[in-house]
Amino acid sequence: MRIEGKGRIDRGTRLSFRFDGTTHKGFAGDTLASALMGGGVRMVARSFKYHRPRGVLTAGSEEPNALVTIGTGAQSDPNIRATTQELFDGLQARSQNNWPSLDFDLLSVNDLAAPFLGAGFYYKTFMWPKAFWERVYEPFIRRAAGLGALSGESNTDTYEKAFAFCDVLIIGGGPAGLMAALAAAQAGADVILCDEDTALGGRLLSEEEEIDGRPAAEWAAEMAAKATAMDNVRVMTRTTVTGAYDQGTYGALERVSHHIPTQDGLPRECFWRIVAGRAVLCAGALERHIAFRDNDRPGVMMASALRAYANRWGVAPGRSVAVFGNNDNAHRTARDLAQAGLHVAALIDSRHDAQNLAGDVPFYAGHQVTRAFGRKGLEAITLRAPDGSESRLQVEGLGLSGGWNPSVHLTCHMNGRPQWQDDIAAFVPTPGAIPGMSVAGAANGVFSTAACLQSGAEAGLEAAKALGKRGDLPAIPEAENAPYRLRRLWAVPGKGRAWLDFQNDVSVKDIKQAATENFRSVEHMKRYTTQGMATDQGKNSNVAALAILADATGRDIPETGTTTFRPPYSPVAIAAMGAGSQGKGFAPERLTTSHAASVEMGAPMIEAGLWYRPSYFPRPGEKTWRQACDREVTMVREAVGVCDVSTLGKIDLQGPDVGAFLDFVYSNTFSTLKPGRVRYGLMLREDGTVMDDGTTARLSDAQWVMTTTTAAAGNVMRHLEWVHQALCPKMDLRFISVTEQWAQFAVAGPKARELLNGLLDQPIEDEIFPFMQCGPVSVMGVAARLFRISFSGEHAYEIAVPSRYGDSLFRTLVARAEALGGGAYGMEALNVLRIEKGHITHAEIHGRTNAFDIGFARMVSAKKDCIGKTMAARPGLTEDREQLVGLRPVGAVKQLTAGAHLFNPTEAAVRENDQGYVTSVGYSPTLGEMRALAFLRDGRDRHGEKVKLVDHLRGIKALCEVTDPVAFDSDGGRLRG
Amino acid sequence: MRIPCPICGERDRREFYYQGAAVMLDRPAPDAGEAAWDSYLHLRDNPAGPTQDLWFHEAGCGAWLVVERDTVTHEVISARLVEARDAD
Amino acid sequence: MAELLVKTPCEGLLPVEIGTVRMSEIAPGQITSLAPFRGQGEALSETLKTAHGMAWPAPGRSTGREGARCVWFGREQAMLLGPAPDVGLARYAALTDQSDAWAVVRIEGPLVEAVLARLVPIDLRSVAFKRGHTARTLLQHMSVSITRISENAFQIMAFRSMAGTLVHDLSAAMTAVAARGDIAGAST
Repeated sequence: MRIEGKGRIDRGTRLSFRFDGTTHKGFAGDTLASALMGGGVRMVARSFKYHRPRGVLTAGSEEPNALVTIGTGAQSDPNIRATTQELFDGLQARSQNNWPSLDFDLLSVNDLAAPFLGAGFYYKTFMWPKAFWERVYEPFIRRAAGLGALSGESNTDTYEKAFAFCDVLIIGGGPAGLMAALAAAQAGADVILCDEDTALGGRLLSEEEEIDGRPAAEWAAEMAAKATAMDNVRVMTRTTVTGAYDQGTYGALERVSHHIPTQDGLPRECFWRIVAGRAVLCAGALERHIAFRDNDRPGVMMASALRAYANRWGVAPGRSVAVFGNNDNAHRTARDLAQAGLHVAALIDSRHDAQNLAGDVPFYAGHQVTRAFGRKGLEAITLRAPDGSESRLQVEGLGLSGGWNPSVHLTCHMNGRPQWQDDIAAFVPTPGAIPGMSVAGAANGVFSTAACLQSGAEAGLEAAKALGKRGDLPAIPEAENAPYRLRRLWAVPGKGRAWLDFQNDVSVKDIKQAATENFRSVEHMKRYTTQGMATDQGKNSNVAALAILADATGRDIPETGTTTFRPPYSPVAIAAMGAGSQGKGFAPERLTTSHAASVEMGAPMIEAGLWYRPSYFPRPGEKTWRQACDREVTMVREAVGVCDVSTLGKIDLQGPDVGAFLDFVYSNTFSTLKPGRVRYGLMLREDGTVMDDGTTARLSDAQWVMTTTTAAAGNVMRHLEWVHQALCPKMDLRFISVTEQWAQFAVAGPKARELLNGLLDQPIEDEIFPFMQCGPVSVMGVAARLFRISFSGEHAYEIAVPSRYGDSLFRTLVARAEALGGGAYGMEALNVLRIEKGHITHAEIHGRTNAFDIGFARMVSAKKDCIGKTMAARPGLTEDREQLVGLRPVGAVKQLTAGAHLFNPTEAAVRENDQGYVTSVGYSPTLGEMRALAFLRDGRDRHGEKVKLVDHLRGIKALCEVTDPVAFDSDGGRLRG
Repeated sequence: MRIPCPICGERDRREFYYQGAAVMLDRPAPDAGEAAWDSYLHLRDNPAGPTQDLWFHEAGCGAWLVVERDTVTHEVISARLVEARDAD
Repeated sequence: MAELLVKTPCEGLLPVEIGTVRMSEIAPGQITSLAPFRGQGEALSETLKTAHGMAWPAPGRSTGREGARCVWFGREQAMLLGPAPDVGLARYAALTDQSDAWAVVRIEGPLVEAVLARLVPIDLRSVAFKRGHTARTLLQHMSVSITRISENAFQIMAFRSMAGTLVHDLSAAMTAVAARGDIAGAST
C-alpha cells in the first residue's frame, strides 16, 4: 500500500509495468519491489527448495527472496533483485521457481515433505543405484529446486568493459563516502566515487534525520552535486565495486541501462577495472534478522527496509505493523512508521532493560516474537512475555532487527579475515587486509551518522596524504550521534522451523543438525547446509548461522570463524566480464593482402592461428574440395601455382653478431652462409625438442631475414628476445619482425621462372639464381626480394613486395599463372605437395619430437654449442624412438587418417602393442594414392615392412607399407632443375 | 596483478607473458653434466614467500624481466631487466 | 607493362564517425624502425638531431612534430615517421623499413579518452598521458602503439593485417560511448 505524503518518489510521473502478466502502476523513483508493495503485492517469489511463498525482505542488493526475471525472450535476465531494479514504463517482470504459477505452485508439496528434506538430504538419499544420479535424481532436483532460468536463446544484449584510473577510490557514497571523497578531492587527489544505488547518500536516502539542521537526504543531494561538479571527482552511481584484487585493482559493475527500456547499441552493463593508488571502503553495514518460527512469511522484513520503504518510497506491506529487535536502532522504524500515520501495533525489544525511543507506540521490553502466521502474507504474530505467556497480535508487516553487520566483504578478498568485535556483536575489518585500502563509517563498525561523517573525512584525507597530497580536514557537519546498543539474539527458541538463510531455505535446525553430524567447521557447515550460498551469499544470515554453530559446538564466535568472502560482492554477468570478446571481438583477424582476391575467387578461408588463409580455389564444375585440391597439386607439378605465404614469420636481423647469434639459436651453422644465399635451419628448445624450422637468408653482409612457421612466429620472436637479452646480451645485433611489411608469394612449378620473367624488370636465369639463392629484384618497377626456395619440391621462388602492392601483385601472378595453365593454390594443395615431399610442419614437430626423430640428427652441429644441444644428446632421445616414416596403403582399405595408431599386422590393436601414430595424410594425385607421414618405432630401419593402421575413433583399419618420408622426386632434381 | 616494468612503468598483468622461475638465467656450461642440466631445466622450488620469476613484456616494450614477488601476500617486490645483470 | 597498384591498410574501412568521435587513416609517409647498435645510442641521437631535427625519444615519449616524428616503440627501438631516414643513421643503428607494416589511425573527439578506456588497459587521461606521450600496450587483444598527438586526438598503430579488427573494436567502443550520451548517471 502507498502511504500518502511520504517518500521521495515523483508522484507526478506514473509508470505502468507488468508482473506475471498483470499490469500494475508505480511512480518514477520506485524500484520494482517498492512498486509491487505499493500495489499491495506481498508474495513475489517461491523459495529455492521448499517453494515457500516469500516476500521482499530488504531494500537493497543483499535481497535473498525477491528475485525475478526481467524482460522476455533472448533479452530476459533471470535472478534480478526486485529491490534494485528501477521501475520504468513498460517493464516486464516474471516470478521464478514456481509451476504452474506463483500463487499456486505444485512443488510447494516439498514444504510438506520438509521433515525428510533437511540438511544433507541429497547426500544421504540419492545414493543408490549409482546410475540413477545422472539420469533420474539430478534432473529431478534441478527442475524442482532452482533460481531463474536462462532463455536458451543467444543473448542479443551488448555488454561492455572498461578501465579506469584514479588516486583514491571511494567505495560507497553514504555519509562516510561522501565526506571521504570531499576530503580526498579537496586535497587534490583524483577521486572515483562509486555507489551501487541510483543516487549518492546511502542510508541517508532512507532515514528521517537531519544533518547541519537540514533533512539528511537534502544534504546528501547537495554533497553529490558538489562532488559531481569537481573536476577531479568522478561519480559512478549504479556501480557496485565487486572485488578487490592485487596491486590496487578493483572490479566494479556498472548497470548502465537496466533502468530504461532496451536501446540499440547501449550496453546493459559495464565491467570496470579500476586501478587506484588508495581506496577507502565506505560500504556501510547490513542489517541481520532474527530467526523464529515461520519468520519468512511475506510481510516480515528487515526493520531498516520497512523504514526505507516508508521514508524513501512511501509504501508499506500493510496498515498495521510491528517491529521486533534487540537494539536501539530498531526503534527508529517504529518511530518513523508511526509518524507516517501507520498503525504501529507493537515495538518489541528482546532486552528487558530497553527504553522506548520511538515515542507513542505500544512498547514491549523483554518480549520476543515466537511465530508468524499467514501463508501468503503475514496476518499475525505470537508474542511471548518474560513470564512465558503468549499472546497473538494481528499485523500485516513486521520489521526485524538483530543488529548490523559491517560490510567487510571486500577487505577479505585477498585472504584477509575479519575480527570479532564483542560490543557490537559483529565482525569488523582487520586493518591492512587489503594493501592500500582503509575502511570508514559503518563498514568499520562505526554506526552513528556523526561518527560516519567524521571517520569518512579522516580516511579520505589520509588516503590523499599517503599519495603525497596535502589538505585539511573538511568541516564535519552536525548530525545524529546516538549510541548503538544491542544485546545478542540470534534465534528465538521454540518448535517449528526458524529460518536463517531465506534464499537456500536453511533453518536453525539444519545448522544444529550439521553440528550434530560433526560438520563443525564453518566451511563444512556451509557446504552441508548450503547456508550462505547463491546470489545473496547469506548477507543477512551468515553471522547468525555461525553464532548458532558456535553455540552448538561449544565454541565462541571468533574461534568458529567465518566462511571465506570471495569476489564478486554481488552477482556479475559473465557477459560483462567477457564483454567485447564475442563474435569478431573474440580474437583479432589477421588478413593477408590477397584476402579480398581469394574471397572473390570463391576460396573458403580457414583459420591458421589468427590468420585466414584460402583452403582451395574452386573452379566451375568442381563439386568437392578434393577435386579442386587434386587439380591444384597437379597444376603445380605440371605448370605453375601461386600461393600467399606472407603469414610465415619474417624477422629482420642486423649487426655484426648475427651469424654468431644464429649459430646459437639454430642447431646448424649459419655464420658460414654467404650473402645472397639461403639456408634451412632447425631451432630447438633447451630441452632438445624441435621448436621450429624455416629458412634464413643473408641479404647482405650485415642484414639477414629469418622465416618462421606461421604457427610459431610469436614464440620464435619471444625466444630470440629471451636468448639475446638473457643469455647473450653482449652480442651486438638488433632484430624486428617484418612479417607485416612484406607480402610474399610462392611461385612454384616447372613454369615458375617463365612466369616471373614475364614480370621482372631484369629476367633471371639458373646461373645467377640457382636453388637457395636470394637477392633484390625489380618487379613491374617495384623493389622486391626474390628467394629461390621450395616447399612444394618444384622449381620454385618466393617473391616479396612491400604489402601495399600485395593485392595487385597477387592478382597479376594468378592471372599470369592461369595463362600458363596454372593458377592459385590453397592450403589443401600446399599440404599434399609437402606430404609428397616428406616436408615437416607442426603436425610433425608438435612439441614431443627431436632432431633424431625427424631424421635431422646431422643438423645438430658438432662444432658449436646451441640451444638444446646438450639435452638433445640425453640417453633416451637418440635410441629406441619413434621415427619419421612415410606410409602407403597396400591392403583393401585405401583410406589413411591422421591420428590413427600403428601396430604390427599380427598384433592386437591395443595400447601395449602401439608402434606409433600418423601425423599427416593426403591424397596424392601425383602418385594416385593416399600418402601419410607417421612416427613409427625404429621406423628408419623398417622401410618396406608392413604395419597395420588402426583408427578406433573412425573405425578404419588399413594395411600399409612403410616408406621413406620422401615419396616424390627423392633426389630433388625438380627443385634444382 | 600489476607489474612495474622498469621501462614502461606499472602495467596490468595482461600485457606480460609468464615464463617461470628465474633460475633459467643461469644456463649451465655444455659440459656441466646431467645433474646440472636436469636441475636447470626441470627442478623448481615452490616457495611460500618471495620468489623470482621471468616475465616478458610482450605487449609492451619487449623487455624480459625478473620479477620478485611474494607467493603468500601477492606483493610484487621488484622488477628489473634481465639484461641489466650483465651490464658492463 | 601495367603498374602494381597501391592499397592502404585501412582502404575501404575508414573514415568512421560515430557520435562525436571520428576515426581516419593517417598516411604517415615512410616508417623506419631505428634500433641503436650496442653503445651507439648517443651517437644515433646526435645524428638524428642533425639530420632530422629531433632527439632520440625517451621511453614513453615522442619527438618531432606532425609529419616528422620519432616515436619510442619499445626497448631500444623507435619509429621514424615521415622522412626517409638519413643514410648516416645506418652507422649507429639497424634501420628497417616498416612503411607497409602498420595500419596508422587517427582517432579524435571530445570523448576519445572514454572510447579508448573501453579497450586499452593503461591510464590515458590527460593528467597522466600528455601530448607527445606514447605507449606500447594492448587494444582489446592487439598489440599497438598509442601516441597522444593533441588534446583530443590519438595516433594508433596496429599490425596492418589486423586493420579490420582495429576498426571493428574501436567502432564498437565508439558506438557504446555514443549510445550512453543522454543516459542519466552513465559513466563515460
